Amino acid sequence: MSAATDTVGGVRSRPADAVAAWARRNSWTIGLLAFLILLLVFTKVIQPRYGVPGIQGLAISVLPLALAAVAQAIVVISGGIDLSIGSMMALTSVVAAALMEGQSGEFAVAVVVGVLLLGLVVGAVNGGLVVVTRVPDIVVTLAMSFVWAGCALLVLKTPGGRAADWLKDLIAGSLGSEWFPRAAIALVVIVAVIWIPLRRSRLGLSLYAIGSNQLAAFRSGVSVGRTKILAYAFTGLFSAIAGLSLAASTGIGTPVPGPYTLMSVAAVVLGGVSLAGGRGGVFGPIIAVVILQLIRTDMTFLNVNTNLATVAQGFILIGVVMGGSLIQMRRARA
Amino acid sequence: MTEATHTDRAPKPWLTVAAWRRLIRDRPIISLIGLLAVLVVASELARPGIVSPEWAGVILRTAVPLAILAGCQTLTMLTGGIDLSVGAVASMSGFVVATLVSGPGTPAGIVIALVAAALAGFLTGIGVGVFRVHPLIMTLGMSLVVLGLANAWQLQMVQTGGGTPDVLRWLGSGSFLGILPHSLLVFVPLAALILLALRRTGYGRLLYAIGDNPIAARLSGARAWQVLVVLYVISALMAAVAGFLLSGLTNVASVTLADSYVLPSVAAAVIGGTSIMGGRGGYGGTIVGALILAVLSSLLSSLGYPEAVRQILFGSIIVAVAAAYTRITSES
Repeated sequence: MSAATDTVGGVRSRPADAVAAWARRNSWTIGLLAFLILLLVFTKVIQPRYGVPGIQGLAISVLPLALAAVAQAIVVISGGIDLSIGSMMALTSVVAAALMEGQSGEFAVAVVVGVLLLGLVVGAVNGGLVVVTRVPDIVVTLAMSFVWAGCALLVLKTPGGRAADWLKDLIAGSLGSEWFPRAAIALVVIVAVIWIPLRRSRLGLSLYAIGSNQLAAFRSGVSVGRTKILAYAFTGLFSAIAGLSLAASTGIGTPVPGPYTLMSVAAVVLGGVSLAGGRGGVFGPIIAVVILQLIRTDMTFLNVNTNLATVAQGFILIGVVMGGSLIQMRRARA
Repeated sequence: MTEATHTDRAPKPWLTVAAWRRLIRDRPIISLIGLLAVLVVASELARPGIVSPEWAGVILRTAVPLAILAGCQTLTMLTGGIDLSVGAVASMSGFVVATLVSGPGTPAGIVIALVAAALAGFLTGIGVGVFRVHPLIMTLGMSLVVLGLANAWQLQMVQTGGGTPDVLRWLGSGSFLGILPHSLLVFVPLAALILLALRRTGYGRLLYAIGDNPIAARLSGARAWQVLVVLYVISALMAAVAGFLLSGLTNVASVTLADSYVLPSVAAAVIGGTSIMGGRGGYGGTIVGALILAVLSSLLSSLGYPEAVRQILFGSIIVAVAAAYTRITSES
C-alpha cells in the first residue's frame, strides 16, 4: 500500500507523508481502535480480575457476529445490502451440524468445504436475483431471508446435529501465549486469506467502483452485473463461515436465524462503511463488533440491568451515526 | 405505442398488449386484486367449502394489524425511507397498556403508550430529518432503544402485570355476527384518512415530492425536516395502534409481540406497489398487499405444508411479485 502512495505522480514523498496519508484514509478505523483500547483499560479498572478468560470469552462470543459484519461490509461496499445474512448463517450451520453428526473428522473436512461452496452458491443466487429482476436489494434479500430460513427448517426442525470436534477445538482455547485466543486468530487468518487478496485484486477495485458510482464504473468497463453477483457470493461465503463458527461455538446447528442480520448492519455502519457504498473496509466493522460486545460485558460488571445495555447499544448506534453525519455536514458547508 | 399516446381522448384500443401493460402499470391495484382473487379461488380449490363469510372474517382480522403496520412502511417508503422500529414500538405499546390496566386504568395506559410511541417517533424523525441519518439505521437503533427500555420496564412491572384489557380484546379479536371484525372500526376510518390525506392534502403531496426528488422539493420551499419529523411521529402512532389491536388479537402482551410482523409489513407495502426508492405508490395497493399475504399464509397452512415450505414459498412469491412489478412499471 505504501509503495502505491510513494510514487504518486512520479514524485517520491517522504515516508512520514505516506504514514500521514494512510492515517487520514483510515482515520475512522484508528479512532475505533483507540476507543477499543480505552474501553479495555476501563474494563480492567472496573474489574481488576478481567484477564485471560475474559479475553477468550470475548473472542468466542464476538466471532460469529464479526464474520457476519465482514459479510455485510462486502456487499454494502459494493452498494447493496443483504438482509438474509442471518438466515444464510442458520442454513449453513444446520447443514454443517446435520452432516457432521456421527461422522469422522476427515468427513467433516469435506463437509466444511461443501458448506463454504453452499454459501457461495446461496449468495450468488441472492446476487443473481438482484441483478436479473432489478428489484431493490433490500426487497430481494428480505424475501430471500424467508427462503433460506425455510430451507434451514427443512434440514433440521429443531436445534440439533453435532459439530466435529476439531472444528470446535479450532476456536476454543488459545494458541501460543494464552493472550491469543484461537477464535481471534481464526478471524484474523480468515480475513487475511480471503479479504486482503480480494481487496487488492481487480475484482476488489471493481467492488468499490460499482459501490461509489455504478454508471462511472460501467463506463470504465466494469461488468456491473457480474461484480454485483460476485459481491453477494462473497457475502454468502462469509455468512457460511459465520454459520460454521456458530456451529463450532455452540456445538450444534440452530435453524432459527439469530439477531445477526440487523446487528451486522449496525456494525457495518459503526465501522465506517457508508451505506451509500464505495467507502470503508472490513476492519472497522470487526472492531465495532468487539466494542459493542465489550460494552455489554462492562455493563454486567457495573451491575447495570442488561436490558439497559441494549438501550446503550441503540443510543451508541444512533449517536455515532448522527455525529458522523454532523461532521460530514460541517465539511460540506466549509 | 405512439398511436395510443396520440389518441388519448379517442376510445382506447382494447385487447392490445400495450394497452393491458399500460392499464397494469397505471392502475397496479387492478392486477393486485386479480392476484388476490386467484389466491381466494386457489384456497377454495385446495379445501372446497373453506371460503365463507367466517373465513373472510378471520382473514380480515389478521390482515388489519398487518395493514396498519404496512401503512407505516408505505408512508415512510414514499419519502425514500423505511421504518424498522414498528415492531418494537407496536410491542411496547401493547405491553405498556397491559401493565397499566390494574393501576392507572386502560384509558390512561393507552394515552401513556401513545405518548411513549410518539416520543420514539419524534426522536427518529429528528435523526432522519435533521441529522440526515439513514432511516434504516435510525429506526434500527430506535428499535434497540425501545426494546431495551420495554424489557427494563417489564422487570419493574413484574408484580403488577395485568394482562390485555377487555376493550382491546373486544377490538382486536371480537367481530360483529362472527364475520366483520371490530378492528374495522379502527381501521376503516384510519385507512380512509390516509388515502384521502395522501391524495388530497398538501402534506400528502409533500411526502411524494420529497421521495421523488428531494432537491426539487427543497427548492420549491418544502421544509423536508419538518415533514419527516411529523411523518415518523405518525408512523410510530400507527404502529402503537397496530400494537393495541395485536395484543387484543392474540391476548398476549409481550415485548416481542410484533417483531415477526416487521418484515411482512415491508413485504406488503412492496407487493402493493410502493417503491422503496420513494415517490411512487399508495395505501390502496398496500391494503390489498396485506390481504394477499394474509390469504397466502392461510392458504399455505390449509394445504398442510410444514412451516419450512411455507416460508420458502412466501419468500419466492414476494420476489416474483416484486420482479413482475418492476418489469411492468419500468417499461414506461
